[in-house]
Amino acid sequence: MLSRIAESLFWIGRYVERADGTARILDVHLERLNHLPMDERKSVAQELLAVMGARPQSEDFGLPELLHALAYDKTSATSIAGSLGAARENARRARETVSSGLWESLNTTYYGLSQHRKDVVGTYRFCNWTLERTAMVSGLADTTVSHDESWLFLVLGRSLERADMTARMLSTRDVLSAGMSWVNMLRCAGAYESFLRTRRAAFGDQHAAEFLLLDRLFPRSIVYALRDADECLAKLDPSAQRVGFINDARRIVGQARTFLEFHRTDDLMSELPEHMERVQKAVAQASDAISRKYFNQADELAWVGEVS
Amino acid sequence: MNSKQKDGWLLDMSDLFQDYSVAAGRSGAYDEMFAPGQQARDSYGQVADALRKLSLADVSARADSMARTFLDRGVTFDFAGEERPFPLDIVPRVIPAGEWDVLERGVAQRVRALEAFLNDVYDKMTVVADGVIPRQLVTTSAHFHRQVHGFEPAGGVRVHISGIDVVRDAAGTFRVLEDNVRVPSGVSYVLENRRAMAKGLPEAFGQQLIRPVEEYPRRLLSALRKTAPSGVDDPTVVVLTPGVFNSAYFEHTLLAGLMGVELVEGRDLICRGNRVYMRTTAGEQRVDVIYKRIDDDFLDPLQFRSDSMLGCPGLVNAARAGGVTIANAVGNGVADDKLVYSYVPDLIRYYLSEEPIIANVDTYRLEEKEAREYTLDNLAELVVKPVDGSGGKGLVIGPDASRDELDALRQRVIADPRGWIAQPVLQLSTVPTLSGDKFGPRHVDLRPFAVNDGDNVWVLPGGLTRVALKEGSLIVNSSQGGGSKDTWVLADSPQVPVETVPRPSISVRERVSVWPVESNWRDRQSEQQQ
Repeated sequence: MLSRIAESLFWIGRYVERADGTARILDVHLERLNHLPMDERKSVAQELLAVMGARPQSEDFGLPELLHALAYDKTSATSIAGSLGAARENARRARETVSSGLWESLNTTYYGLSQHRKDVVGTYRFCNWTLERTAMVSGLADTTVSHDESWLFLVLGRSLERADMTARMLSTRDVLSAGMSWVNMLRCAGAYESFLRTRRAAFGDQHAAEFLLLDRLFPRSIVYALRDADECLAKLDPSAQRVGFINDARRIVGQARTFLEFHRTDDLMSELPEHMERVQKAVAQASDAISRKYFNQADELAWVGEVS
Repeated sequence: MNSKQKDGWLLDMSDLFQDYSVAAGRSGAYDEMFAPGQQARDSYGQVADALRKLSLADVSARADSMARTFLDRGVTFDFAGEERPFPLDIVPRVIPAGEWDVLERGVAQRVRALEAFLNDVYDKMTVVADGVIPRQLVTTSAHFHRQVHGFEPAGGVRVHISGIDVVRDAAGTFRVLEDNVRVPSGVSYVLENRRAMAKGLPEAFGQQLIRPVEEYPRRLLSALRKTAPSGVDDPTVVVLTPGVFNSAYFEHTLLAGLMGVELVEGRDLICRGNRVYMRTTAGEQRVDVIYKRIDDDFLDPLQFRSDSMLGCPGLVNAARAGGVTIANAVGNGVADDKLVYSYVPDLIRYYLSEEPIIANVDTYRLEEKEAREYTLDNLAELVVKPVDGSGGKGLVIGPDASRDELDALRQRVIADPRGWIAQPVLQLSTVPTLSGDKFGPRHVDLRPFAVNDGDNVWVLPGGLTRVALKEGSLIVNSSQGGGSKDTWVLADSPQVPVETVPRPSISVRERVSVWPVESNWRDRQSEQQQ
């Protein structure tokens, strides 16, 4: 397949997953932010933005600015609206390859972006709506796209972004640890019920973090997402089946996953920030290596964000 | 300058709170939000501020959205065979820290007294021997089960979970209306209401600290595990439900889910050798603690109704042999018999040597000749309740009843005076409630929930506030057109829990490095990709 198309699919996967993860994080933290005293809100809002990978554009950065930056700002690839816009833009460029179901659902989502009130209550609904739309996009992609090479790029992007998003979710614990309980963290990932069923009576920060980081069966855990990415990479490049790797991306993803999976620790919580940082770094490097290998060079970028 | 303008916020909200004071004056009840003169009480300051900024369109949009969320999440109750969202009003019921402190202690005291009473009546009945309560009263209670006489339940607790209904009278004093120590329900609405309100009225949460309710399932599970039969290291807890047709089925699924335990039906259980097992894909698994959400009568066909398909034969014997803990214990109904209720203040003095912290509502025992004559002469001014009813069934409110209803009631009271009690009509306190296009005062009660783990009675800070949605109505039961409100208990000092936990920042934390030093791949992280 064309490199350009592969790249678009990869980024559709990433952007849709990013919108989903950002909506989850915003939804849960908004509730928490709302319960904080006014003066504390500002600093926490800025820290939250930093965890999501962006810098405040002005000194006076409060709740409304946070909502704009993470939900409604169409010019930023960090926000939900920006991600969904960019996903749609990528789908438009690969329109002859993606199924009409996938294209239409992304397009409908794009046109629904502006139909929301931008206050706190409206943002809750916006987050919910985003979760519904992204689930629909993923579902349609799953059932209407052949699970061939194009599909693998889509899933690859999704898995990498998912590992990244879960790492950010776990990092938000440092930002909002005042009252940011493991319950909220798990709700964030939609993992609450699954966690309870596996852990039964053993509650606690440590277990929650362990679940989101290391669980081998929960699809949003980092280890699971990295394994997915690894499997996609293996199928995309079946050349090095016996010895060694010539594929940087596989090496990066595989090393990160195996390190986490087989890492032995007595104090996971104190190591958590490092794990999160390294996972995010590995994702960025893997993404970079994938671009180099499959999508030609970076001189022509097909995944340009919405500029308006 | 008229007086309305002085009271700024009343002016702003004139459309929503128009006629509120008139309607409040009509009922003569204590209003939770407004002191006389339409001034918002201190505890409601923030709620009032938040509501002030909303227009009718905002309020109705939010109310609709909350109702839709409830329907989506399946927070429904069964109304005449139909699933309906449990109506949640947008104005919360706020209880200041000082008042809650009294309620909390009062509820815990009551639970301890009822626990002691149950232990006593199923054992030596010293309370009867000492003349505090007539033997006949205990033995004639429909829920005094001789099947469970003479043994202490495994774990030593009988009232694991209780819901003590309290109301506020016209003078603003809290009084206990009834005790529920069999299968108190409604706690799921407490949890769901809080979630919905955090998104429905976020503005009101900011400055004040509202005590969280989300720890309830954890507290409940730890109490249930703690009261497991002795010798079990890692007890298996299950929730026993009558099944999907029960009106509280949503609550059963929610609690089982939040505790991370199995939700079982009677047919999933087997008793053998005085132990209880559940059928799983991995064979039979021992069950140590059963959180029972079905009535005693249906629990064990060997002991109670032999036609019941809901329970599991042998459970009572297993409990007697100490092989399983049943929470709440079988036979608790004798303690929430409404005639026993009238003796609870005496029971508190007898067992705990304490004075009751929350008073009862005055109650006429109709077996006493004078009280019966007075009641029969004044039926039209009293509330008459069956002693073993729940959910407001069979209750007759004198002033609202027709002559025929009163005559029928009179015959039934004369035929069975043990079966009824009478109380004066209480003007339950009111809270503003959205009705059509404005707020009106509606009567509310409060059911705080208590969890007893044997050493400690923990009262959930909050509870279920039920509200009668019809103006002037005093019946708050959901089966009879009631709704609910989120119940906010304010913390003592608004700043404490937020401020005392210092926020550890990433930079302050000592860095431990466990990852290998990065190897030789190039670090060409693209800026635009984050």
